[in-house]
Amino acid sequence: MVKLVGLAIFLACALTANASQAAADNAGKIPVVATFSILADFVSNVGGDGVTVAELVGPNGDAHVYQPKPADAKALREARIILVNGLGLEGWIDRLIKASGSKAPVIIASKGITPQQMEENGHVGLDPHAWQSITNAITYVTNIRDGLIAADLGRQDYYRANAAAYIDKLHALEKQVSDKITQIPPERRRIITTHDAFGYFGRAYGFSFIAPVGVSTEAEASARDVARIINQIKTTKVPAVFLENVTDPRLLKRIADESGAKIGGTLYSDALSPPDGEAPTYIEMMRHNIDVLTVALTQ
Amino acid sequence: MQLQEMLVAPFTEFAFMRRALAGSIALAIASPPLGVFLIMRRMALTGDAVGHAILPGAALGYLLAGLSLGPMTIGGLVAGLAVAIGSGVVSRTTILREDTSLAAFYLISLSLGVTIVSVHGSNIDLLHVLFGSVLALDDTTLFLLATIASLTLLALALLYRPLVLETVDAGFLASVSRSGGVVQVAFLALVVLNLVGGFHALGTLLAVGMMMLPAAAARLMTLEMTAMLVIAVALGAAAGYAGLIISFYAGLPSGPVIIMTAGLFYLIALVFGPAGGFLRRLRPRRHLEG
Repeated sequence: MVKLVGLAIFLACALTANASQAAADNAGKIPVVATFSILADFVSNVGGDGVTVAELVGPNGDAHVYQPKPADAKALREARIILVNGLGLEGWIDRLIKASGSKAPVIIASKGITPQQMEENGHVGLDPHAWQSITNAITYVTNIRDGLIAADLGRQDYYRANAAAYIDKLHALEKQVSDKITQIPPERRRIITTHDAFGYFGRAYGFSFIAPVGVSTEAEASARDVARIINQIKTTKVPAVFLENVTDPRLLKRIADESGAKIGGTLYSDALSPPDGEAPTYIEMMRHNIDVLTVALTQ
Repeated sequence: MQLQEMLVAPFTEFAFMRRALAGSIALAIASPPLGVFLIMRRMALTGDAVGHAILPGAALGYLLAGLSLGPMTIGGLVAGLAVAIGSGVVSRTTILREDTSLAAFYLISLSLGVTIVSVHGSNIDLLHVLFGSVLALDDTTLFLLATIASLTLLALALLYRPLVLETVDAGFLASVSRSGGVVQVAFLALVVLNLVGGFHALGTLLAVGMMMLPAAAARLMTLEMTAMLVIAVALGAAAGYAGLIISFYAGLPSGPVIIMTAGLFYLIALVFGPAGGFLRRLRPRRHLEG
């Protein structure tokens, strides 16, 4: 009996705590769930103090092959905005949203971007890695700003100001990136990475990227693909190969050893690093990538 | 291109193909003979269970030290041995038989392994850990595979007589010698060692394929123990070679194709095997003939 009373008291407290917390949320911050770390960084910059951001796939995680946890469904149910990349990156998100019973509006960050096609093993698909071009990142930020305003009209001036300030930073970043690229001779702008995450980056900044595995990190490489890459490196004299933070480095090391290209460093493609790492924010990620590329390709 | 050249060129041209072949052959020398003994001892599922059991150990090693050979190998060895020996102990001290405790232990360790990898927020897909990378064998991994193969051959040479005796008639061995228990533990240790080696090249699940499929095919082809061991090794090596060639020309993932080739050998032996295959058993035979 004592236990039961205790339980009742506990439940009552929990309920009031929940209710008061919900009230505080309504009065204060908007809970946003972003599917992966790069989107979370965008929305934190635009939302500032107006939002609390949760990310489903954390730092160094691979959004292509993610295992949902119950806590994620819970976060989605409590979210007032769900932020996804779209373009087929998060194949698991629709089911997860449905399963969580969430009614929150879904913002597709890549809306309005002209998607690039990728061809791999005969089938053509959309390339989801649009954020690798800073111009696209600005579109992401605009979409996120509009989504936040739609959900929280009261703070629209605040969101507009944050977005404008962040877009200014992105323009400055784009300038830095183009300046750095001019240091790399055009004929050396050829790169091998572990998966095709840099299609937009390549198009935007004049690099050609070759990857031993297709668009998605789910595929296993075949001997034919590996042989083709090695031949390609040898015939086109690709100077360096780059690792990514989300894929298996062993295969790329093998390819580098055999083709005579050197390993240029780690590029961040689909996920940021943890806060104490090399690329904890989008801006630092792009800066890190271009630094790694410049150092490896200008030597 | 001539056929002959087509069958050799990938290996002369590409070092990664030579490494993959060397690794597969090293695996094929040591694993299938152990598979033969497992089959003769009616322990075919032990290989499977131990293969799964390696995962949490390897995952812990991976957690502590990243994708590096040493910690993942040691972790896998410890976890595999714990399950192999643990289920033997359970079967001797409780009412449960060995198959039940093996199933229980491997399910526990598999779920533990998946949890460990997932909690880490793995930056590398679990599939890579499960499936290994036969195309990416570096010097140390090759050296490890060769060492394991050599150790296994030496140990099998030493253990051969008691192992065959213990397999065929454990009661007789127990009556003439007290080495039965030692033989059994040493044999299990070899199985674990080979599965851990195979794990680096083919992954935890497919390593079991290299151990069991050539052995099962060889079992269908002869009744004679020595011949069975030799045939199993030959089939394993042939599967490694053919799988790599198919992967090279057809653009299919290498590890699974190697095991599928071994599986094909098994299916052929199942039908045509002279020592107990499907067709053989259809024909009437003389009294007391195998």
